[in-house]
Amino acid sequence: MSRSDKGIHAEGLVRRFKDVEAVAGIDLEIRPGEIYGFLGPNGAGKSTTVHMLTTLLPPTAGRASVAGFDVASEGPKVRAAIGAALQEAALDPFLTGREHLRLQASLHGIAGRRRDELIEALLERVGLAQAGSRKVRTYSGGMKRRLDLALALIHDPSTLFLDEPTTGLDPQSRTALWDEVARLAREEGVTVFLTTQYLEEADVLADRVGIIDHGRIVAEGTPARLKAEIGKPTVEVVPERPDELDRLRDLLRRFGSETAARPGGYAVQLDGHGDLPAVIRALDVEELRAAEINLHQPTLDDVFLAKTGRTLEGADEA
Amino acid sequence: MSRGLAHQVALIARRSIVRTFRQPGTWIPPLLFPLMLMAVNSNGLRAATHLPGFPTRSFLAFFLPFSFLQGALFASGIAGTDLARDIDTGFLNRLALTPVRGSALLLGQIGGAVGLGALQACVYLGVGLAAGVHIDAGLPGALLILVLAVLIATGWGTLGLWLALRTGSGEGVQSQFPLLFFATFISSMNLPRNLIEVTWFRDIATVNPVSYMIEGLRSLVIVGWDAQALLLGFGFALALIACSLLLATRQLKVRMTRT
Repeated sequence: MSRSDKGIHAEGLVRRFKDVEAVAGIDLEIRPGEIYGFLGPNGAGKSTTVHMLTTLLPPTAGRASVAGFDVASEGPKVRAAIGAALQEAALDPFLTGREHLRLQASLHGIAGRRRDELIEALLERVGLAQAGSRKVRTYSGGMKRRLDLALALIHDPSTLFLDEPTTGLDPQSRTALWDEVARLAREEGVTVFLTTQYLEEADVLADRVGIIDHGRIVAEGTPARLKAEIGKPTVEVVPERPDELDRLRDLLRRFGSETAARPGGYAVQLDGHGDLPAVIRALDVEELRAAEINLHQPTLDDVFLAKTGRTLEGADEA
Repeated sequence: MSRGLAHQVALIARRSIVRTFRQPGTWIPPLLFPLMLMAVNSNGLRAATHLPGFPTRSFLAFFLPFSFLQGALFASGIAGTDLARDIDTGFLNRLALTPVRGSALLLGQIGGAVGLGALQACVYLGVGLAAGVHIDAGLPGALLILVLAVLIATGWGTLGLWLALRTGSGEGVQSQFPLLFFATFISSMNLPRNLIEVTWFRDIATVNPVSYMIEGLRSLVIVGWDAQALLLGFGFALALIACSLLLATRQLKVRMTRT
C-alpha cells in the first residue's frame, strides 16, 4: 500500500553549470511505492538529478514533480513530503545521534512526547538505541548511514531519496540497510529513489533501474529485462593442459563470439548455437580435459557495457 | 520575529553553541591568547602611561578593551570555520531540506559566536577586575561593556559566516583571518590616536572602525560615561552587524539555491 498516489515524474529535466551540461534532459516516471535504482559512474549526473528532485537545485530546463508537487514552484511542499540521505552522511560529529534526531524532528515541527517516542522508535528500528547518546564522531560508517536513514524518516515521508547510501559500508551493514529500505517500500509503501554505483545493490533492491551516462538515461527497465535484452551467458573454459588452448579456442568458437577471459583460459558469449551442456559434450567428444568451466550470466555491468561501450568500473575515467 | 522563526533560531543556535563548546581545542586557546597578550603588553608597554596626555596610569585598564575585540575576532574564525564545515559535509543541505527559514539558519549560526563572545567578555572582564582594573562607569558600565563586547562578537561572527558562505571552505575562512587580524592592529589598541606620532598610522587608525569599537569599550573603563565614544562604539558595532548580515544574507541565497 503506497502512502502517496503520486510518485516521481520528470520531463526533459536539464541542469547546466556554465558550459557543462550535468543533466541533459532526462524523463522519469516512477510509480508510488516503487524502488527505482539510478545507476551510473561518478560524474554521470546522478547526484545533480537528486539535488533537483529534492529542490536543492533549480532545474535549468524541463519540469519535475515529486509526490504530486512541482519541484521548481512548490519547494516547501516537496520538502515536507520527502526524506533524503544524500551522499556522505552529513552529520555533526559533536552531536549525539539522539540530538540529531531531536533537531531534525523539531525543525519539522514535531514536538513533545510524540517527538521523543518517535526518536526512540527510530533509534530502535535502525539499531542505534544503545548508541543514541554517543557523539557521532564515535560512530562507524555503518552507524552513521543508519542514523542518516533515521533522520530522513523522522517526519514520515512518502518518498525517500538515497544517494549512494552504502558507499564505504562493510557487507554486513550494507545488507542491513538494504533490508530496511526494502521493508520501507514493501511494507510502508514508501517510494524510493536510490542512486548507486554498485550493480549488486541495484540488482537486489530495485524494481526498475535507470542507467545514466553523461547526463542522459541510456537504459531503463527491470534488472531482469535489461539483462535479458542484451544478455546471453558467457562460457569460460580453462584447459587442463596449457598446450591445448588453441584446440580449445577452435572448439569454443563454434558456440559464440570471443569475450574477455582470464589468462590461460578462453571464453565465448553464447550466440544461440548451443548451451553449456552442448559445450561440455563437445569437450568430451574432442577429448579436451578442462581444469575449470564457468558459466557467467549477464550482469548490469554487461548492460552498461552494451549501452555505453564501457564497463561501469572503468567509466569514471572516461 | 514570529514565534515560528524564533523557535527555529533557538534550535539552530542551541546546536551551534553546543557544538562550539564541545570542541575545547578550538575555543580555549582563542580565549587564553588575548589574556596572554594583555599580560605581556600591560607589563611591557607600561612606560607608555608616562607619555604626556596618556589618559590613565594603568596600561592594563587601557589595554583591557582590546582583549574583547581580539576575542571577538577569534570567535568569528570559529563561527566561520564551523559553518564552512557544515557546507563541506553537506549538513547545510540537510538543514535546507527541512522547513527551516534561511534567516533562522543565519541567525541561529550566529548563536555560537554570540555564546562564545559572551563567555569571553565575562572572562576578560573578570580577569581585569581581579587584576585591579577599576571600571570608572561602575557596575552599569561593566554591564554595558558586556553588551558592547557581545555586539562586536556578533558583528565579527556574522562576517565569519559571510566568509564561510562565500568560500565554502574552512581554509577559505582561515586565509582571510590574518587580514582581519591586521585591521585590529592598525587601530588605537596600544595608544590613544592623538599620541600616535606616525602620521600614516594615525590616519589609518582614525578611519579604522575598530578604533572606535575599542574606544567605546575603553571609555567605560577609564573615562566613565563618554556619550560620543559610546555612540561611535555602539554605532560601528551595529553597522558591522548590519553590513555583515546583509552580505551573509545575500551569500546564503547564492549558496542555498533551494526552490
